[in-house]
Amino acid sequence: MVIVIKNNSNVPIYDQIKRQILNAIMSGEIKEGECLPSIRGLARELKVSVITTTKAYNDLESAGYLLAVQGKGYYVSERSNEILRENLLQQIEEHFDQAILLSQRAELKKEDLVDILRNLLKQGE
Amino acid sequence: MLEIADLCKKYKGFELAHLSFRLPKGFIMGLVGKNGAGKSTTIKSIMNMIDFQGEILIDGCDNVACEKQMKQKIGIVVDQPFFPTLFTLRQVGKYAGAFYENWDGDTYDKLLRRFGMLPDKKVSELSRGMGVKLQLAAALSHQARLLVLDEPTSGLDPVARDELMDILMEYIQDGSNSVLFSTHISADLEKIADYITILSDGKLFYTGEKDALMEKYIIVKGDYKNVSKQLKKELIGIRRYGDGFEAMIARDRYLFYDEDLFQSEDAKIDDILIYAERSAAS
Repeated sequence: MVIVIKNNSNVPIYDQIKRQILNAIMSGEIKEGECLPSIRGLARELKVSVITTTKAYNDLESAGYLLAVQGKGYYVSERSNEILRENLLQQIEEHFDQAILLSQRAELKKEDLVDILRNLLKQGE
Repeated sequence: MLEIADLCKKYKGFELAHLSFRLPKGFIMGLVGKNGAGKSTTIKSIMNMIDFQGEILIDGCDNVACEKQMKQKIGIVVDQPFFPTLFTLRQVGKYAGAFYENWDGDTYDKLLRRFGMLPDKKVSELSRGMGVKLQLAAALSHQARLLVLDEPTSGLDPVARDELMDILMEYIQDGSNSVLFSTHISADLEKIADYITILSDGKLFYTGEKDALMEKYIIVKGDYKNVSKQLKKELIGIRRYGDGFEAMIARDRYLFYDEDLFQSEDAKIDDILIYAERSAAS
């Protein structure tokens, strides 16, 4: 797993770390049950403060992606992919909700809305 | 690891007033402030090099009552190495070995090699950067728990500064050592410091986590006629130019004002220092 920190980014550094770990889990680059670099080791490698890497790991732990094992370190949780998928589904629903709202404003028929989706899917193939 | 409570020190024309802060085990703290803000006075008090009022605990020990223990626990890096200038680096090792209980000669030799320093060189022949490295080698060889560095990066080139940051990160790896360093080069701090303490004219302006500090303040700019009486009270270190103004404000206070009237941007440590100073001067 490669984590790259952009110092002049608007995204806080702990958030950059979080996103990149999530991407690595999603792409399968790091697998469930796999051990992550230690908080202090990662801080040293990235030359960021220990508090920053602690915050990134803590956030991922409380969201269920990581498991902290006392005295051993952080592991990718067995359920991490499941949670990621749930999150994605939730985001998809939210976007659909948004689309439905917009279609109502534009007084679009339900069938036409579904047609748009079908066409987009076709284009994507 | 380091606890300072109600530290006071008076000189003619300068007063360090009621300074309190704490640095936990395993973390790095940056001590910032302009020249004359009280950084060196604080460091000298920690080292018990000057008389002071208040209490300073190092690893739970009072630094005055347990001076002998304290000297073993602290490693110090200052502007000029405090070793006799005519000594060779090898002799420095012997000299320090006699003074420190936990001295490890092998570690010292290894560190000299790693830093590319020849044992036959004399202290007087060292460059600024080499002087810093020699003091680091000595501090790390007597198993200091707290490393105190006074302006270690001033006069170092960017490559040497980066190397120093690396050594400090390595030093805190196992979570039992802490680092306090004063600096006015904030780029170093913005990267590796966990905690920041800002002094302004002998008073504490901020102490706490660096990330919380960066989130605490923002810079606002705009037309001065849009500044209400209420808002004026919240602005820190306001500077006016023509019809415009710029100032710092606590982010959670700024929420109550019309954000469309002003431009705002994140504050860097340098900005915070400048506005805090301007506020203290007015």
